[in-house]
Amino acid sequence: MPQIRLIRLSTPLTDENVENLRIGQRVLLSGVLYTARDAAHKKLIELLDRGEPLPFDIKGQTIYYAGPSPTKPGQVIGSAGPTTAGRMDIYTPRLLSLGLKGMIGKGKRSPEVIKAIKQFKSVYFTTVGGAAAYISQKSVKCRVLAFPELGPEAIHELYVENFPVIVVNDTLGGDLYDEEIRTYSTLLKSQSY
Amino acid sequence: MFPIHIYVGMYFASIYMRCMQEVSSIKTIDAGEITEAVARLCMEANFYLGQDVTDAFKKTLGDEISPTGKEILKQLILNAGIAAENKVPMCQDTGVAVTFLELGQDVQIVGGGLYDAVNEGVRKGYTEGYLRKSLVEHPLLRKNTGDNTPAVIHTKIVPGDSLKITVAPKGGGSENMSAIKMLKPSEGVEGIKKFVMETVKAAGPNPCPPIVVGVGIGGTFEKCALLAKEALLRKLGSLSPVPDIAELEKELLSGINRLGIGPQGLGGKTTALAVHVEIYPCHIASLPVAVNLNCHAARHKEAVI
Repeated sequence: MPQIRLIRLSTPLTDENVENLRIGQRVLLSGVLYTARDAAHKKLIELLDRGEPLPFDIKGQTIYYAGPSPTKPGQVIGSAGPTTAGRMDIYTPRLLSLGLKGMIGKGKRSPEVIKAIKQFKSVYFTTVGGAAAYISQKSVKCRVLAFPELGPEAIHELYVENFPVIVVNDTLGGDLYDEEIRTYSTLLKSQSY
Repeated sequence: MFPIHIYVGMYFASIYMRCMQEVSSIKTIDAGEITEAVARLCMEANFYLGQDVTDAFKKTLGDEISPTGKEILKQLILNAGIAAENKVPMCQDTGVAVTFLELGQDVQIVGGGLYDAVNEGVRKGYTEGYLRKSLVEHPLLRKNTGDNTPAVIHTKIVPGDSLKITVAPKGGGSENMSAIKMLKPSEGVEGIKKFVMETVKAAGPNPCPPIVVGVGIGGTFEKCALLAKEALLRKLGSLSPVPDIAELEKELLSGINRLGIGPQGLGGKTTALAVHVEIYPCHIASLPVAVNLNCHAARHKEAVI
């Protein structure tokens, strides 16, 4: 069962911040998040391959796997919920080795990523997929930081306040999805709900 | 009794009358009207969660045994309210504009091509509604088309003089977890159940559960996939009119909701809101099965012109 205890953290995250986190914990994040999804990740890796600098200093930062809808006049950002993280798995260990500390998305990570999260001391959070109109209300400021040509896939520098996330993979190698699904499938099999 | 020319005259008069009737039964629909309808449906489908989904949320909220699951269901209800009030998309993934057309055979489209009119509607709806443009032109080169076109259009010619348009924006997360398999007829209903359960289990948290499961059984490879997609358009929880298929739907829903995946895959009872199965005759050698997963939003809106 998740521990219903709210933790408040500010980005950038430190080793100590993430080492204290455990799967199932609820965290309210404040500070900067960088949005990046499929196409932006491909470009980040290409920059690294060419030995060029990334558009932001990745040390301690948190990437939000999201491609927002266009901003309506009067809004800070359009609807911006999480996208499936697994598509970024192939790029993730390299970014973690460079100091990326946090990731926010939805869905399971690969065994390689879970291992890298443990090795490089980082954390994978989830936030509710499909609750994009609600989640985007936690943004206070937003600008396109890099790759504007990618449209919704551009890297946005997003300032958030009390952005609600749940710890899915921690530095101990835990996996909240595996644990919770196991618990509930056993429960539902054994009882006649 | 009458001179011959009277009979000939009556004959031609009757042909003329019939022609006039036929001409008058052809209805013309302006392409511009289609564009306006599609644009409106694109926006409505993304802003307003269906009443059937809201009802399903409220029903499952009472049944859900996981505290996290309950919290997520409440957040999704809250999210739907915010989206409707502010006229913003409930999810940032405003999808591929999958459009179903039921075109009456007595309709003539004037003022432009039918598919051009639909695509113009998608362009207009996604731009004016501040909806995300999620399509890339070439699947390998992956450059965004910039206006969410082209739509994926399925057309049926039906009797009548009206045009029914259904826009069902389909998100990538749930579409990616869908699957199709050509079973052997000997695998029967057990083979079907196994494949559906395996697909939902493998999808886990990725398609944003609670999901809606569309299943197509029969037809050919492509027909079966289309049946699964069409199954997603049904009112949530409505049962198949075919008794054994309705039984299968109930059994699958109950089995899926014992997998423990729960809302967002964080554990619980509410893994699916509904399972809809559509069938079609198939070849003596075949038993195709397609499983099209949809997120909780099950977006679709329709209009009749």
